[in-house]
Amino acid sequence: MRTILHSDLNNFYASVECAYDPSLKDKPMAVCGDPEARHGIVLAKNMPAKRLGIVTGEVIWQAKQKCPNLVVLPPNYPRYLRFSRLMRAIYADYTHQIEPFGMDEAWLDVTGAGLSGEVLADRLRMRAREELGLTLSVGVSFNKIFAKLGSDMKKPDATTVITPDNFRRRVWPLPAGDLLYVGPATRRRLAGRNLRTIGDIARCAPQDLRAMLGKTGEMLWCFANGRDNTPVMAADESPEVKSVGNSTTTPRDIADEQDAHMVLMVLSESVAERLRAQALRGRVVCLSVRDCQLRCFTVQRRLDHATALASEICACALELLRARYHWERPLRSLGVSVSALQSRDDDEQLCMFPDAGRERRYELENAMGDIRRRFGHFAIQRACLIGCAEIGAINPRDDHQIHPVGWKNA
Amino acid sequence: MAHRAYVRVLVDVDEIGKIRPLKIFWEDGRGFEVDRLLDVRMAASTRVGGQGMRYTCRVRGRQVYLFEDEGRWFVEARDVPAGNF
Ligand SMILES: [Mg+2]
Repeated sequence: MRTILHSDLNNFYASVECAYDPSLKDKPMAVCGDPEARHGIVLAKNMPAKRLGIVTGEVIWQAKQKCPNLVVLPPNYPRYLRFSRLMRAIYADYTHQIEPFGMDEAWLDVTGAGLSGEVLADRLRMRAREELGLTLSVGVSFNKIFAKLGSDMKKPDATTVITPDNFRRRVWPLPAGDLLYVGPATRRRLAGRNLRTIGDIARCAPQDLRAMLGKTGEMLWCFANGRDNTPVMAADESPEVKSVGNSTTTPRDIADEQDAHMVLMVLSESVAERLRAQALRGRVVCLSVRDCQLRCFTVQRRLDHATALASEICACALELLRARYHWERPLRSLGVSVSALQSRDDDEQLCMFPDAGRERRYELENAMGDIRRRFGHFAIQRACLIGCAEIGAINPRDDHQIHPVGWKNA
Repeated sequence: MAHRAYVRVLVDVDEIGKIRPLKIFWEDGRGFEVDRLLDVRMAASTRVGGQGMRYTCRVRGRQVYLFEDEGRWFVEARDVPAGNF
């Protein structure tokens, strides 16, 4: 039997800030993208803020309505990366099989480590506390899925052990939505068959789940019964803050470059908006293309400077498309993402001779964002999108949920 | 209450990159020899915040935590106007 840990740094960004200013520990505090602008979102909050109902992802002014004296801090990404690496160095003292999941989580396969999973988990927590000033929640189990569920059960600074003997009692009463890969849509479909807990999924016949959800249904049945065999994928220095991206399938095929330009603009606007809300800029623009026969390709280009401007992202994506695609067939879907991310402040510090034109474009796009937040997405529109109601009317859905590599391919 | 007092430090770096603080300078310019290095480890300062390599030094008969944090060095100082070890 394997011994797998899932380790999760509690309230990561907020905890790092508290580790630098202990006086923040007892005050409600949140790390927010772009605190000066109203559209910044809450990226992390500490325990007192959590107790007041502050939620990750909400806009700063909403959070301040719940808690007028909320302390708001800008993100310090270089520092979070440093802590993330330090934590990984601690893991590496016990195993080489480390699969990071974002900056603050990781699976560890410690099967051969010579210590019980629980002892090891407690040791990791002690070291995180003493060496980094952070707390960890650790789940210990015989597969990745239960280890992850375990790390969510008790917070902060706790170890939860899920064994073959106790998982029916500990895991099965949990809501189905707690299982990895059960998103809102799947949860609704399961609820339609009165499958509301993980135990309901486990006790269901696998062929029924397959009929309902296809291959995913069988996978969920395996997960719920503790039969997840996916290995911990050792990833060497995988990109920590990955990328911000968006893709869309259009109401009709994209027939020519003018159509494509419009779609890319819609996508670029939403990517740029999300970058700015997190106080990020990116240097690499990636375009993914799928034609109406479902042939696809992906191309990317590195920019001279990091950007969060929709106009620049769109221009780059369009150039990439022109260089690679010659309209043999119409397109079915397009995707734009920006990676090689850095914090906005780094970008500004590096820029000794600021370009007044770019600054004005940032002001323009920020103003557009403000108008949209107040009066709705379609209150203001770029002229290039007005010609086509169908494409202009796309309000792209976020498509950036990140899953560990391995499951889908397993 | 206490705070991080950032200080100037004279250090020795050996051939393999190991760092040894030799002298700590207070903000008024006075320097204090590190008489003995007692311990070196990664640590967070729970008293004043901050995190990095922590050098436990003996200075004038007293034990002082000296932290190297993102390239800067600090000691845990009491909130009194004139600092003294
Ligand atoms: Mg976390």
